[in-house]
This record gives sequence, structure tokens and C-alpha cells, in this order.
Amino acid sequence: MKPAGGLRPRLVKRLLPSRRIRVAVRLIALLGAFAVAGIFLQATGRGAGAVYRAMWTGSFGSPYGQAQTILAAIPLIFTALAVAVAFRMLLWNIGAEGQFYIGAFGATAVAYSAPDWPRWLLLAAMVVGGLVGGALWGLIPGALRAFFGTNEIVPTLLLNYVAILLVDYMVNGPWTDPATLGFPLGKPFSESAILPLVGNTAIHSGIYLALAAALSVSMVLSRTAWGYKIKVIGSNARAASYAGFSIPRNMVAVMLLSGALAGLGGMVEVSGVVHKIQANISPGFGYTGIIVATLARFSPIYLVPMAVLFGALVVSGTELQTLGLPSDIVLMLQGVILFFALAGELFVNYRLVWRAGTVSDHPSTPAPVSNRAADLEQAG
Amino acid sequence: MPRGGAPVTSAIELRGIVKRFPGVVANSNIDLELRHGEVHALLGENGAGKSTLMSVLAGIYQPDAGSILIDGEPIALRSPRDAIQAGIAMVHQHFRLVKPFTVAENVLLGARTSWLLSPGRLEAEVADLAQQAGLKASPSARIWQLSVGEQQRVEILKALYRKARVLILDEPTAVLTPQEAEALFVTLRSMAADGRTVVFVSHKLSEVMSVADRITVLRGGKHVGTLETASTDEHRLAHLMVGRDIAFESARAPGEAGEIVLRVDDLHALSDLGLPAVRGASLSVRAGEILGLAGVAGNGQRELAEALAGTRPPTRGRIELYGADLTRASARRRIEAGLAYVPEDRLGTGLVGAMDATANVMLKSLSKHRRGPLLDYRSAARRTKDLVEQFGIKMSSLDAPVRLMSGGNLQKLLLARELSSSPRVVIAAHPTAGLDVGATEAVHELLLEQRASGVGILLISEDLDELLMLSDRIAVMYEGEIAGEVSADDADLERIGLMMGGTGADAPPMAAGGG
Repeated sequence: MKPAGGLRPRLVKRLLPSRRIRVAVRLIALLGAFAVAGIFLQATGRGAGAVYRAMWTGSFGSPYGQAQTILAAIPLIFTALAVAVAFRMLLWNIGAEGQFYIGAFGATAVAYSAPDWPRWLLLAAMVVGGLVGGALWGLIPGALRAFFGTNEIVPTLLLNYVAILLVDYMVNGPWTDPATLGFPLGKPFSESAILPLVGNTAIHSGIYLALAAALSVSMVLSRTAWGYKIKVIGSNARAASYAGFSIPRNMVAVMLLSGALAGLGGMVEVSGVVHKIQANISPGFGYTGIIVATLARFSPIYLVPMAVLFGALVVSGTELQTLGLPSDIVLMLQGVILFFALAGELFVNYRLVWRAGTVSDHPSTPAPVSNRAADLEQAG
Repeated sequence: MPRGGAPVTSAIELRGIVKRFPGVVANSNIDLELRHGEVHALLGENGAGKSTLMSVLAGIYQPDAGSILIDGEPIALRSPRDAIQAGIAMVHQHFRLVKPFTVAENVLLGARTSWLLSPGRLEAEVADLAQQAGLKASPSARIWQLSVGEQQRVEILKALYRKARVLILDEPTAVLTPQEAEALFVTLRSMAADGRTVVFVSHKLSEVMSVADRITVLRGGKHVGTLETASTDEHRLAHLMVGRDIAFESARAPGEAGEIVLRVDDLHALSDLGLPAVRGASLSVRAGEILGLAGVAGNGQRELAEALAGTRPPTRGRIELYGADLTRASARRRIEAGLAYVPEDRLGTGLVGAMDATANVMLKSLSKHRRGPLLDYRSAARRTKDLVEQFGIKMSSLDAPVRLMSGGNLQKLLLARELSSSPRVVIAAHPTAGLDVGATEAVHELLLEQRASGVGILLISEDLDELLMLSDRIAVMYEGEIAGEVSADDADLERIGLMMGGTGADAPPMAAGGG
């Protein structure tokens, strides 16, 4: 075989990607996503620059936008936390959306049944209502997986529709507000069922709950014996059962916690933003939370800034509509960002090298196989 | 002189091969000459550079420097395909066979043939070669129906079909019974007699001595000598391989076996596929003794060990630890009762590869390293540091994932964790599999120390030399049962080998035929 003289790209595995590489790759992926999306925006005829400027004004560029961005980030923090916790055990909780609705449902049930309680007591009870509702919604797929080996993805996804329809039924029936003449809205909450605002901003105090939840989850996962067990189970289930950790019990516990976090998000949303129950209280926070958690590599801390970024995207959709552009542009951007981030992961774990080689240089040998051999060689 | 009687000519010459990996020089300026008609053993510890060198010869790696000559002609082997075309084939330790396919179909895979298949002609061709490869199974048999030994023959058959003149076997006896290994040696010798070159990669001295014409020893990526088998002995080879003498004699001091600490009675357990794997095994281990459990892999040893450790529920029978019934106890309770288990699958079961050494050390002693619900990383890190020093574990840093450690150091870490928990009974499954001589010796010493301090040890191994060296008694497991038991002092290899093959537990060794 004759050498072709050209250089061929090959992927070589990095044994331990450095922190700098990881940060750099992700930043480049993000910029790349905006650049590629820009090509499509250019095609709208408004100019990519103008669209991005409008999005900036609508989200970070004005006090109103900033407040809206934070308000949209808060539910995303909760749903992303739910996804991240479950993923510690390699469980995909696609049901944060439904757990969010059920959390809102639970909190609302409390708010309507004891409207006259003092504010601190009623809010605390609503928090419990949200947590319990979400936890129950996580328990169902968790127990199915733990005790019957049912894959968790389909049950979590299907339970979303059950939760959404349950809320639909309630706001069209028992909880409907007669004053709205048949609109799917619940009665307004009493004053004490509403989360107070932070200072004289438009941001409600649910933000404290969100940040506290992120910090506590991070602490629990990294500092406690239980968090350690969860990590072992997620990394190597055989080693976990060898060490005597109960996988089914911890699996149920993780799904309870995951659901409870999303449920708390639902409580915060009805109590802090909507001030009543209504249909469509979530524009897909549960699903966007999956993207947020994935992009933050399931870190409870990094997902907070990521939630703010995605909150900004959600909010800037409204600004686009005032320009006469479809707000779905934002969905496209989310998708492009996700694609770039996932593609970027390849370059976190592998580096591209250019090597001289023959044209038919064993094309059937995929890079990871020979790299595995190199790993073993190094380890030996 | 090659025993095959073929004329002495160089088939392959490797000159000044250098291969670097980040941070490691795996091969440093290695020369190797392989002759027509010889069985050439490549001997060395783990990490000596054997596999790298052979991967260079098989076209898997490109050397950083040096040249390869075939019949005196320099050649560039840029891919495994180039190597196959040049007549060089490698039989890997892990077979590359498609299990649902037939022998003939596997032989055909990846071979250069016309695109039109003629099954009849192919099978006739394969049947012919199968005889040379010593494969008795039919070419139309499916791979999953074959034993491991037969599958290895299929790999050799593949090499023959591709007209290989140089056959590289990487640790080929690791998966075979002594009888199967003997049969393999006969095949390898006859292939050499046909003028082929056989390269036999191994770290087992006795095998190398019995099959090779010449032996090349590598140490630390360097060539330290090529010797005629006829003019050397195991001690000399061992010396070259590790750079010092190793104790061959049993280091086992005469000991007083105490009371029975582990008693297993008529135990039954299922395999992962739900088939009976342990079928009425009974054994007992006393304090201060090592009970060796011999047997070819897949005869229920793993399932037995897991049933004892509590990760596989027994379907029948009884397990007693110090007289207490633990048959239904959880893995956690058994650990607390003083049962340590060193599983065969280090990274798959014993350790968490993605986590660091400290996290792995506290895996089974979480209760000792916590304050309330919080983990006490500091005390765990201190203990890890102590263990690393005490057990001579080498690692780049305490907080690197352990999957980056070498096999020997992983095993030391695993043993360090298990033995430092002051266990009363230790189940050690293949504790030295894949380890080099130095690490093996260290593991043996650790087990003997435990024995001396009164711990009862069940040692599951396929390495008979190891079992003879360490055990007080040796039991043989065959098809889920204990086929027989012998005292280590009057054990003879052939009898054990026969029991491992399922024949003659009670028959006198002479009368029993060849398995």
C-alpha cells in the first residue's frame, strides 16, 4: 500500500480532560451555536444582529427583562435539579414537567383549603404540598423501576399527561373561578398564599428557595454518605451491591427526591408568579430543565447559571414577537445549543490529531478501539 | 536448534523498535529475530512491553522508530490488514468471534475472498484446515456451542485460512485446562514443524519452558535477553524477567488450623441466565487455613463466591459463618460479620473505576467514615494514605480515578481495603489473575499473613501452581459441585487436572485416560 501523503484526522482519547479543556470546549460550543443559528436568523430578513440585539434587550438589557429572566430561571432551576438528581443514578427523569404540575396542584389544594392561615404557616404547608405531590409523581416510576425493572423513561413521560390533564380538569371544574366565565383559571389565591417579593423588585422570594435547593442538593450529593452511595450506584451498580448498598431502596429515594424538587418548583410558580392555578402553568419547564441539566453536566451548581441563560431565551421570545418574528426562534436556538454542546462533549473526551496515513488505512478500525488498547497499555 | 528441524532462517526481524505513549516508553529500542519453524516465547511481566511489541508486529500500532524486516525485506505495516497480507496473524486473549455464526462463517469474516459465497466449498476448505488447527468441531457448528478451548482453535483456524506464516498468541493458555493447554502445545509444535513461526506471549515460566524453542525476555520495555530453551531453566528466566530471584517453594509455614469458620452445606444458586450454576456445593474453611478451590472458569466458582458474599441469592442450602446462619443475610450483614470478598472482576465489581482511591477505600466502611449524615473524607483520606504506604501501592495521585491504575496496583488497593477491615473470613477469587510476578508475590504474601493471623481463606484460582503453593487443602469444583478434595501436601497436578476436566475424582491417576 502506498502512502497517500495526505493528513487524515483521527480521534485520540484524552485520559483525563483538564478543567481548561472542558470550559473552553463548552464556551466554543455555545458561541458556535449562536453563530450557526445566526445564519438562519439572517434568512428571516431582519438580520441576525438585529434579532440578537432584540433578544438581549428583552432579557438582560433592561431592568424589566432582567426580572423576567430571573423569574423564568427559577422554575428551570427546580426542574433541572430534578433531572440532575435522578441522573446521578443514571435515571432519566423525563417527568419533571408532570411533577411540576402535581406540585402546583398539591400547593393549590393547600392554598384553597386553608386560605385564612397566617402567611408563614400557609406557605410552609404549601411547600409541603408541592414536595409531597411531586414526590408521589416520582415514586410511581421509581418504584416500577426499582421493583419490576421497568424502564423509567416512558412512565415518567406518560405521567406528564396525567398530571397536565388532572390540572386541566380541576381548573375547568372544582377549582374554576366563576368570575372568568369558563376560562380554565382557578380562583385567585388569598393574600397569605402568595410568596412575598424580594425588596422592591419584581422577583418573588422563591428565588431563595431555588438557590437553597441547589446548594442543598449539591451538599447532599457531594458531602453525605447517602450522596456517596448514590454516586457509587450510578457509577458501578455491581460494586454497590457488593458493598451492601440497596439499589432498589436508593432508587426509590432518588426518584422521590427528584419528583419533590420539581414539585417544589410547581408550588413556587403558582405561589410566586401566577397567584392561582390555571391550565398551562408551565411552557415546558420540565423539558427545558432536561436541556439545562444536561448542559450543566448534571451539576447542581452549574445548572443555576445555565437556567438563567435559558430563562433569558424563554423571555426574549416575547420580545421577538413584538418584532413580528415567531417566538419559536427561541426553540430553534435551544435546539442548536444542545446539538453543539453534545457534539462538543466529543472534543472534551477526544482530541483531533492529524496523521499521515494511507488512503485505505484500516478504515474499519474505529478510533476508540485502538485508543482503548492505548489506555490499557498505559495502565499496565 | 529448533526442535522442528527446519532450517534456521530469519522470518521476521524487528530492529530498534521504539514505541512511546504519553509518559511511558513502552518499547525502547527492542530487537527481535523470529525464525522459520520455531516456537518463540515472549516472556515478561505486565507492562514489560510484550503486548505493545506484538501490536507493532500485528500492524495495530505504528512504531515511533525502528524497522520491520520480513525475509530480509523492510516492510511498513500500517494496519492489521497490512500485517495479515504479510502473513502475520494474531490470536488475541479475548477472541474476536461472532457467536451466532458458524465456524466457517467466522473464518470467512474479513478474509479476502471473491464476493460470491460457496458454502459447500468453504466448509470443505475449512474442514481441511481445522485438522491442522486441531479443531475437532464441525465447520457448521456455531461458536456459542464450542468450549473456550475450541473457540481458540477457531481463531487459529482463521489465521491459517489467511495463510499466516507468523502466528502470534497472546497469553493463550489463560483460559485453558492443563489438558487443553497440553493439546494446544502439540498443535503449536506441529505448526512450527510445518515451517511456520509461532510467537507465544506468556508470563508463565513452566509453559514457556515446555513449548518454546527460544525465549526472549522483556523487562521494563527493554530486551534483556534471548535464550535457547535447552540451555536455560525457570530460575534463570525468572531472574531475567523480574531482575531478582523469586521464591518458588511454598512460603506456607506449617500452621495450626483452628475451628471451622465458614461452612457451606449443599448450596445451590442460579447463574445470571437463571440456570443452575452451583449445584449442591459443600465445603468448610477453618481458621488459619487456606482452602484452595480449583476449577476451570465457568464451573460455578463465581456464582459460589457471590452466593457467599450475599450478592446472589442461594436457592437451597446453608451458609454458616462462625456457626451463625447467614444463608439469607444481606451483603451488608455479612460484611459486618467479618466476611471480606475479593471479587475476580476488580474494576467491574470490587472497585468503582470512575472514583478516586479514597472513595474506593471507604466503599465498605462508610459507617467508620461519617459524622452523622456527613462523610468524613479527611479520615478516609488518611486511611487511604496509610494503606498506600503499607501495601506499596503506586498511583499518580490520590484523587485520580482508579481506572487509570495498573492491574497490579488495583488489586493491591482492593486487597488493602478488604484485608484492613480485619476480616475473619476472606474469599479471594483469582486474586493474581493478570498480575506480574512481583505483584503476584506481594498478593501471596498478604494472603499468607492473613492465614498466619488466624483468618480462614477460600482461595478461588485457576492457577494450580498458586493453589499448590498457598493452600492447605485443595478442592476442585466441576459443574457446580465439589468434585473432590486433596491435601496440598500429597496433591498431584495430573489428578487435579483430571478432576477439573470432570473425570476421575476417585480413580487412581494412572488408570484415568486423557480427559
